[in-house]
Formats: sequence, structure tokens, C-alpha cells
Amino acid sequence: MWPFKMAWRDSRGSRGRLVLFVSSMVLGIAALVAIHSFGLSLRRAVDEQAKTLLGADMSFESSRLFTPEVEAVIDSLGGEQSRRVSFQSMALFPRTMQTRLATVRAIEGAYPYYGEVETEPAEAAGAYLREQGALVDAGLMEQFGLAVGDSVRIGRRSYRVAGRLIKTPREANAVMLFSPRIYIPLEGLDAELLAQGSRADYEVYFRFPEGADVERTARDIKPFIEANKIGIDTVEEIRGNWDEGLTNLYRFLSLVGFVALLLGGLGVASAIHVYIQQRVASVAMLRCLGARQSGTVMIYFVQALAMGLVGSVIGIALGLGLQGLLPRLLVDVLPVSVPFVLSPLVIGLGLLVGVSVTVLFSIMPLVSLRRISPLMALRAGYEEGARRGPDPVNLLIGAFIAAVVAALAVVQAGDWRYGLAYAAGLGIVLGCLALVAWLITFAARRWPTGGWSYPWRQGLANLYRPHNQTRMLMLSLGFGAFIVVLLLLVQRTLLAQIEVADAEGRPNLVLFDIQPDQISGVREIVEGAGAPVLEVVPIVTMRLASVKGQSVEEMRKDSTADLSWALTREYRSSYRDRLNDSERLVAGAFVGAAADTSAAVPVSIEEDVAGELGVGLGDSLVFNVQGVPVETYVSSIRKVNWRRVSTNFFVVFPTGVLETAPQFQVLLTRTQNETEAARLQAALVERYPNVSAVDLSLVLSVFDSVFGRIAFIVRFMALFSIVTAVLVLIGAVTTSRVQRVGESMLLKTLGASRRTVFTIVAIEHALLGVFAALTGLVLAMAAAWALARFVFEAPFVMAPLVLAAAVAAVAALTVGVGLLNSRGIYEKPALAVLRAEV
Amino acid sequence: MSESEILSTEDLGKIYRSGSRALTVLRNISFTISEGETVSLVGPSGSGKTTLLALCAGLDAPSMGSVRLCGAELTRMSENQRADLRNRYVGFVFQSFQLIPTLTALENVMVPAELQGAREARARAAELLERVGLGDRMHHYPVQLSGGEQQRVALARAFINRPRMLFADEPTGNLDAATGEVIQDLLFDLNRSAGTTLVLVTHDLDLAARTARVLRMRGGEIVSDGPSDAAPAALPEALRSSL
Repeated sequence: MWPFKMAWRDSRGSRGRLVLFVSSMVLGIAALVAIHSFGLSLRRAVDEQAKTLLGADMSFESSRLFTPEVEAVIDSLGGEQSRRVSFQSMALFPRTMQTRLATVRAIEGAYPYYGEVETEPAEAAGAYLREQGALVDAGLMEQFGLAVGDSVRIGRRSYRVAGRLIKTPREANAVMLFSPRIYIPLEGLDAELLAQGSRADYEVYFRFPEGADVERTARDIKPFIEANKIGIDTVEEIRGNWDEGLTNLYRFLSLVGFVALLLGGLGVASAIHVYIQQRVASVAMLRCLGARQSGTVMIYFVQALAMGLVGSVIGIALGLGLQGLLPRLLVDVLPVSVPFVLSPLVIGLGLLVGVSVTVLFSIMPLVSLRRISPLMALRAGYEEGARRGPDPVNLLIGAFIAAVVAALAVVQAGDWRYGLAYAAGLGIVLGCLALVAWLITFAARRWPTGGWSYPWRQGLANLYRPHNQTRMLMLSLGFGAFIVVLLLLVQRTLLAQIEVADAEGRPNLVLFDIQPDQISGVREIVEGAGAPVLEVVPIVTMRLASVKGQSVEEMRKDSTADLSWALTREYRSSYRDRLNDSERLVAGAFVGAAADTSAAVPVSIEEDVAGELGVGLGDSLVFNVQGVPVETYVSSIRKVNWRRVSTNFFVVFPTGVLETAPQFQVLLTRTQNETEAARLQAALVERYPNVSAVDLSLVLSVFDSVFGRIAFIVRFMALFSIVTAVLVLIGAVTTSRVQRVGESMLLKTLGASRRTVFTIVAIEHALLGVFAALTGLVLAMAAAWALARFVFEAPFVMAPLVLAAAVAAVAALTVGVGLLNSRGIYEKPALAVLRAEV
Repeated sequence: MSESEILSTEDLGKIYRSGSRALTVLRNISFTISEGETVSLVGPSGSGKTTLLALCAGLDAPSMGSVRLCGAELTRMSENQRADLRNRYVGFVFQSFQLIPTLTALENVMVPAELQGAREARARAAELLERVGLGDRMHHYPVQLSGGEQQRVALARAFINRPRMLFADEPTGNLDAATGEVIQDLLFDLNRSAGTTLVLVTHDLDLAARTARVLRMRGGEIVSDGPSDAAPAALPEALRSSL
């Protein structure tokens, strides 16, 4: 009991300060609690609303019309049924003559059976089918300034816009960014839109009577359905998919939030360290009076524990408040509405993690208490004279902390490889920051400052003198700067990729699905609009029939596991006699023209798909080109830059083989400005409704907006780390205030002006801020470069202005906090301070 | 060891090392103090008085030789065993009072008794504070007390566990003459009534004269050991001027 009693007494007069110390922990705990309870409520919402995710009990999906055999099975299944056909098509709005590539969903029946189609006005959800009208994505209507009652043309048919589409089952709102949706009735659809060669998804949705065993039905018919290349979905399956996706999302967020927790831990460690240094005399006296080592350690351990508890409780309260905020931030990507859930499990987790992290990071300063000799009660300077080497116990504790942090990272990441990689990355960054901190103190001590003015000499000396804040501020500020700058650089790098693609002379408008008999007409329209035809590329759809002599059909029968996407996908291949500038050979020789059409055809294959199929040079592949088997072998392997806006293919044939196969064309052109692009697209839709256009400037803005949203969420989580860094900064500066007051008074007594005293503080903090920001910046540049080089495979992009602004902001913040903290020091009567120092 | 012996040293020495330099602070210190004796350690600054006191109280480990305190061989004990021994048998009074700033006067006095788990710690502490004349200031913090009052609290703390041995390091060094007198009177009064053995380090020859025996130190060695009444006159001129 004695340590508890002493802990309470010892904390007198410092409790406010202890709360400040622990505030650096609060945000980390808040982030943890917010994310975990959000994850939990999300999972619960998915479970509860699983049926609305599919909108039915079961669905089939195929990229081709269902065969009569499949139709027979569909018939036999009974229940209520709805049909849906989805395809990409140009939508034309005659009132404004604007066009946009849209995802058209043509519906027949009462789908969705579960959940609601939210529209404005609400009755439009039911009315559009009866009235042969259309529902148009609310975002698109806003973008184009459309109103209910306007008309939209899909193919050669006009529909009256019955309402704005706000939310539908199975689709997150973010989908709109890529391709806005338009719902129309299936009945009366322009048949040409689904002509041979056009891509469409055919779906049938089922609702079975209450109590039917849907999962069992699905299991029974699965072999037959899959043999017919049809996808089958049930509520359970959809639930599983979403669960997995959402788990990944919240794990990712929790890893970002985890940084705040670690920084908070470092803040606590530094605060406890300073706190204990100020208690050395008391501890020595207690040892003198007969307190054991463990007893004195216990006094401060109890205080750390209490700090952890208080911090956790505040953090949990804050986290629960934030939990309500997260669904609002993520509203566009979530398929379900997320209710507020108060989970005792998450609260317990917050408490456990908060207390353990506080205790964990307090161990090192706490064990240093063992080394306080009772002799210090007699001689205050004893410590200096008797300094011993590094404490081996500290090394052990350091290793223990690293192990616990790595374990926590693994738990958060859910995969030990990611967890360890993440922990290692953190370790490297923090290690580099600590190393630079050491170098700074080392260099500052040896720097010849003979000719410098007094405040500069003193400001620099403050970086290495006892009780300096260099390491702590380098870690917290440097890490904050690292995170912010890294995010900015990655965003720039990715955006630049697309901007480069928009360079002069490169295509910025791509026209798809041009039928062979339409190509001359399309050319005419393009050239008539004053745009050049940069390239016309033929596309032939095909599937793999066999790989290295083994038929895909047999593999499907033999294999119990899912087959690779590369085996089952529909290939859209092209033929040409040369490589284009977004690809390069990595093996073999590219064959431009087939010499002998009766022999196997030499094809060029993209390296990732070659890896997926497990084929190398010379291996044979048989393609089923719309019913005709074509024997080929791999003559070359290419690396493709997929980010270039260009027509890129997994498989490229030589000329002289596929010319007679059913095909369509893609035309690439470049328009001078948006108006020209809009005019051209409107003219095209007018004459060739089946032709789709992709406008690069649109892609660019879509990407920008999608990345912007993701970056916003990531930045929101990173904000926890940054605010924590600021709190740690405030904590570190405040803990050193006691010492600074004494020094300032001494300086004042010896005749230093207020200006001198403040200049010293400003110089010290400016140096720390600039060093921390620069180090964080260099590390972020290295990390961004590595990400660009190895993950995005894109050239690294610098952003000098952003970087300069980041350095300036961090330095200004540090100086600001430093000066704010020194407020009032100069006005204190020197005598009081000096007397207290005795 | 004789029946009445409470503290003895044999060939005690202390060397501080700083890099390649070795500084001998104490050498060949051998003496014996009997139970109930009052002894002063006097000598100029740097003569090794405080170091000797620290070694005798088990606050530091000697480089050579041995110390026996209350029947225990300190050099063979662990840090924690020495702490237990100090708690049970030893009281301390320091020049700079060494009160714990976050504890009230009463709580400061209670600490040694609480470390033993004594139930009547509070009552005993209150009684002692009454005795040193601070009955009405028990709940004040050190910063609210004058120097003399703080030293009276320290005295009460030193006696709470009824120590067999009291070590005092310049107990009046930080006080004005009048206050110092009062503290001296209290110290010897408490000491007499508790029958405690007293070892005190001082520059103050008048204070030293109040103990029965004086050990004079110079350059890390004991240069004389004798009864105190002869002390002032017997001091060499050079030593007296340095005191």
C-alpha cells in the first residue's frame, strides 16, 4: 500500500502536468477506439443488411446472353425473378447537347427485392419502369445542370428523366465517379446497343419464398452454372466479400492511426523521463531513509499506470465521439448505413492498449530510478562523477518494446508480413530520426561558435546541454513531417503519371467499340471536327482454350481450386506489326507478320499474364476466337506501362491472322479543348450510338477526385499523428520549462535583456524545427521515391514548393510553441526563482 | 567486537576514478564508536568528512576496508539489505534538510515508519512534531516552512524509528546563529532522551564541543581522535583558520 500512498502524495502539484503528459496518448487511443468500433459496427451493419447488398436472395451473372440450357435451369428455380442488363454506353442529353460515357442498367422486374432504390422524387423509383422513363445519377445531373423532365438518349431511344438516382443496393456512391449510372427499362431497349462485340453483363435476380434454403440450392447448381461460365452470388457470398474488403479498409486505417499511438508512447516516455529527473532528490532521500529500489520504482510506476488509465478513459470517450464521424467521411464508399455501436470489447481494448503502451514506454525511464544512489541526498552532484556505462537492462527493455510494437502492428495489420514490414518501416524512420538527433547534438557540441553572437551560441548549445529536447522533438516533429510530406509526394507522383500522358501530340480522346462498317464514318466525323486520327486499333475478343497442351476445360474439371483469372477471362487482343511506345520487350523477339498462316502463330504476351499462366518463350497457347481455335506460341514477352492512355493488350498477334475475325476498332484522337471534345462526342452519339468515348481530361479529373477522397481519409487519420506530434511538442517544451525558468532568471540577473532571453529560445526551437522538418522531408522523399520506383513503377516527382512550405510550417510551429511557453518567464521576480533553486 | 560497539571501520579507503586519474579521498580509516557515544567529525573542506559519513551509513561502498554498523558488515550487504538496515537502525539529518517537497511536515516525518509498515506512524510523527514545537504546522508543506522549521521536521523524521545511530551532516550549516542554537539544543535533547549514538559532521567548533569525542580529519586521514573539551585549543593554527 505504501507505494500507492506515496504515489498519490508525490503527484501533488504535478497532477495537471501529468495530465498534459498523458494527453499525447489520448489521440492514439481515440484513433484506435474510433477505428475499431467503427470496424465492428460496419461488420454488424453488413451482417444485418447483407440482403440489401445483393438486393435479392441469389443472382447469376454472365458476360453473354444466357444459353437455352441455362435459361431452362433459371426457369426451374422458380421464385420471383428479375433481369438486368448492364453495359457502357454514351448518354446524350439533347437539351444541353452534352454526352457522357455511362453505365446503363436496363431492368425488368421488381429488382431490388431487398433494400430500396433511393430517388428524388421518391416515387420515381417505381414510376420509371411503368412510364418508360430513366433514373439518372444525381451527381451526373448536377454536373450537367439537368432537371427531372429533361430527356436522355441511350442508343437511338429517348427517355424522360423520371428522377435523380441517389442510392441503390449493391453500389457504393464512389462508383459514380468512374461511370455514372442510368437506369432504364429493359423493354424497348435499342437492340443495336447489345450487338455482337459489345460488352454487356446479363444478370438474373431471384427472390425465393421465406424459409427456402438458398445456400443449398446455390451449392447444388454451382457446378452446372460455373461450367457455363456464369457467376453466381448469394447473400452469404456477398457478405463474405464485403467483410473482407471492409476489414482491409479498417485495418489500413488502424495502421495509419497506430502511428499516433506510438508517437504518444514516445511522448509519455520523454515526459516520465523529465518528471523523474525532477524527482531525483526525493528518491535519493527515500533511499537514504531505507526505501528499497523496488519500492521507489513502484511509486512512479503507479503514477504512470494512473496516467495511462486517465489517458485511456479520455481517449476512449473521444474515440467513441469520433466513431460517429467516420461513417460520414466514408459515406461514398460504404454500401450500408453504419449505426453507432457501443462495444464493451472495444472499450476494453482501448483501456488495455492505453495502459500497456503507457507502462511499456515508461519502463525505461522507470528502471533508471534503480541507479539513483542514496548518496545523492548528501551530494547533489554525485551523479555526474559516478556516471556509469550504458545500462544493459535498458537494451533488454528496448528490445522488448520493439517486440511488443511489432506484435501490435501484426495484430492491427492482420497479416504478419505486412505487420512486420510496417513495424520495420516505422523502426527505420524512427531510427533515422534518432540517429540524426544524435548527429545534431554531436555536431552542435563540436561546432566552432567562437565568432557567433551570444544568443546564437546559447541557442545552439541548448541542443546538446543536459536535459535537451533534441531527440524527443526530432522524433515527434520529424515523424509528423514525414507522414504529411510522404502523402503529398505520392499524390503528386501518381497525378503526374496521368498528366504526362496528356502531353501535346498524345491522344486524349479514345473511341471504343467501332464496328468495321462504321470506321470510315467515324473517321469522317473526327476529321470533320478538325481532330487528327492518331491511331486505329483493331480488337478481337477471344478466350483461352488450352495452355501448354492442357485444355482449360479439363483444368476446370480437375481443379477443385478456383482457376486463375488469366485462364478464364475474355481476352481483347489486337494485331499489329510493331511494338508501341508504352511497351518494351523483356524476352524473345517480336514477330510483326505471320509468315505461315497454317502453322502456330507467334504471339507476344504481357509479362504479368505470362507469369499468371506460367508460360515462357516457346510455350503453346490455343485461343478460341469466337468459335475458331487458333494455335499460337509465345514468341516474345512484353512489359507494358498500363498507366499510359493508349491501347494496351495482354496478347498481341502478328498481322495476317486475325484480319478476317469478327472485330471492332478503337480510334485514338486528340482534341484541342473541352468544347471541341464535347462537340465531337455529341456528333458521334448522334450517328453511332454504340460507340463509346473516353475523355482523358475526364479520367484525369476522376482520378484526382478519387485519390482526393482516399487521401482525405488517410490524411484524417494522419492528422491524429500530427496533432499528437504537436501535443508531444507542447509536453516536451513544458516539461523543460522549469529548467528554462531557472536559466532565464540567471541570465536576467546577470544582465541579459528580455530580447536576448527570447532570441535564445527562438533560435533553439527554430533550429530544432528546421532540422526535424528537413529530416522528415528527406526520409519522406526517400520513401516516396522507393514507392514510385518499386510499387507504382513511375518516375518520382518532386514538389519543391510543397516541401518548402512543410519545412517552414513545422519550424514556425515549433518556434511558436517555444515562445508561447516562455511567456511570462522574464517577468518573474529573479529572487524567488533563484531562492527556489538553492 | 565489544558488547557496546555500534560502529567500527577497519582500513577504510575510498578512491574516485575519473578516466585514467584516481583521486584518493579516504585512506586507512580505522576507529570504533560505542553505543551511546556522541562523536564529531571535523576538518577542512575536502578532508573527507562527508565521504566517511556516507560510507559509515552505507550510502556508498568503500574501495577498500570494511565498515560494521549495528553488528552488520556493510561491505557484504546488498543495496537493499543496507536500505533495510538504515531504515531500522539509522536516522539522518542533513545540512539542506532534504524534506520531500510534495509531502506535508507530518507525512515527511511518517515516511521511515511507513516504510516499516508501522501502524502508529501518524501518532508517533504527530507526537514528535509536537515535541519539536511544530504541533500547529503539521500539515504545511516544506516550502511553507522557514529553514529552522524544516530542520526541526527533519529532526523529528530522524527520530521516528527510534534509531540506534544518528548521522548528522552539518545540521546547522544552512541556518542563522540563533536558529542554529535552537536546533542544536533539540538535537542533543532528543539524542539524550533516546539514548542514540550520534555521529555529526561539522565545521562549527562550538557544536563539535558539545559531543564527547572529536575525530579530526585532514587529507583523507584521521589526524587525531580525542575528547572534545580539548579540541579548540589543540587545533593547529592553520587548521583553525580554515574552519
